[in-house]
Amino acid sequence: MREAALGYLLILPALAAFGVFVFYPLVKTAYLGFFLAPPTPNLPSHYVGFQQYSQVLGSSEFADDLGRTVLFVLLTVPAGIIVGLALANLAQKKVRGIRAFRTIFSSTVATSTAVASVVFFTLLNPQVGLLSYLFGKEGGNGILQDPHWALPAIAMVTIWANIGFTFILMSAALQSLPEDVLEASKVDGASSSVRFRQITLPLLSPIIFFAAIIGVISGFQAFGQIDILTQGGPNHATLVVIYDLYQQAFQFNNPGYAAVLSVALFFILLLLTFVQFWFFQRRVSYGS
Amino acid sequence: MRYVVLILAAAIVLFPIYVTLVDALLSPQQVVTRPPTLFPLTPHWGTFSTAFKEGDLGIYLRNSAIVTLAITAAELFTSMLAAYAFVFMRFPGRRILFFACLATLMVPFEATIIPNYQTILKIGLVNTYPALVLPFLASGIGIFLFRQAFLNFPHEIQDAARLDGCGHIKFLFRMVAPINRPVLAAFSLFAFLSAWNQYLWPLVVTQTNSVRTVQIGLRQLSLTNFNQLDVVFAGTILAALPIALLLFVFQRQLVAGLTAGAVKG
Repeated sequence: MREAALGYLLILPALAAFGVFVFYPLVKTAYLGFFLAPPTPNLPSHYVGFQQYSQVLGSSEFADDLGRTVLFVLLTVPAGIIVGLALANLAQKKVRGIRAFRTIFSSTVATSTAVASVVFFTLLNPQVGLLSYLFGKEGGNGILQDPHWALPAIAMVTIWANIGFTFILMSAALQSLPEDVLEASKVDGASSSVRFRQITLPLLSPIIFFAAIIGVISGFQAFGQIDILTQGGPNHATLVVIYDLYQQAFQFNNPGYAAVLSVALFFILLLLTFVQFWFFQRRVSYGS
Repeated sequence: MRYVVLILAAAIVLFPIYVTLVDALLSPQQVVTRPPTLFPLTPHWGTFSTAFKEGDLGIYLRNSAIVTLAITAAELFTSMLAAYAFVFMRFPGRRILFFACLATLMVPFEATIIPNYQTILKIGLVNTYPALVLPFLASGIGIFLFRQAFLNFPHEIQDAARLDGCGHIKFLFRMVAPINRPVLAAFSLFAFLSAWNQYLWPLVVTQTNSVRTVQIGLRQLSLTNFNQLDVVFAGTILAALPIALLLFVFQRQLVAGLTAGAVKG
């Protein structure tokens, strides 16, 4: 009996924190979605049931938000993994000075989203930015001010900021590959490109799956780079689900609308995790 | 040939950081001259102290350090206690409570941010340190990782300790925790990095520079100091420096620390 009491006491701090800041707000978010914001801030909001859910989720604005978010994920995840894998493969050979190169390739883990974003905010500035100068766009329209290029530019910043993480991940995976298998294929006369495609890549599939999941989930959560670089503009070109949610909740005083977006985001991420798990469970090779 | 590719790749990866560092050391006039100066012949080190003092970077870094350390310590402590109870103690509802902790991994913070803001507003803590820390007192990842590690603890030692009359709390802090130092360290690094890099929540609950964390401070700096580009560059370097040093010191824990979030993101 005393043991049980102590047991509950030990998990109480964690459970209390989860109760107040995870479970209660999750239910409350879904509940807030039933209430329509009043036309002027001081009036009470009124209950509309699922009407707001169907209205927001069926709107073209939401479809556009979602489309831009998916595009952002498609621009960042595959390219990010390819770059990380290529750098890790490049840094695999034991040549002189390779440690310095490894440090350089890992270096962007030290840059937070905000650091990376401010760096590129100045580099891409149309008046003084060095990248604008190199692209021959100085003095003209800024890249971040161009509706066609704003989202790809933010994707580029995100890929750069994640290079360090992906590189470290892929390097660790490459180093843990079974040497004997690679040696055997070398003896059998497989060319290096065949070896990479037929042996290395399949063996790496669990880690690529892991990187893909992390990438997709963090792609849906990408916020800081958009807040610093474009604030959802120009002309909504970078208005992704999470940024719309933030603006509705904290700038336009529309918590009901934002709550619907929160619930949507929650289910999308949940679904993504399950779908990817299911897909890769059947195809991923769990060698060694 | 391999070196050519390596050097080219390194140059591309380093370019943004290098330019930022160089521009931080140039005079404001040099920053905007064309063709651009790519090496600071007469470095202006004073820009760093300008960013630190007048750019409020000193305050931002202090705030981030306080908040991040508080979150890391709290998550480490609550996760250790809970994981210990889940592994070493018997009580009704143990499994279901553990699944409740795991379930929190499925809830992204963004999905709960509106009610959480309302809670903080209701108890009058907007724009304070507690507002930045309170939602992050516990960690599902921490509980999960520690439970996995504690499960490997040898039963013989547990039985021997019990026979010697060693109580649960003493057993946790004298035996289980020291033996599991590597996983505790890896999680601490992960928790520290996640807390330090937080952006959305600090943006929402802070209003003045006196409590803003360095990420939000950097945003303020880039918004307000645009006529003093060199200060913005120096501030960016100062903001990244503590984490660069930390990662350099904890290189060995890095991979485990970065992948500790394997179950989340």
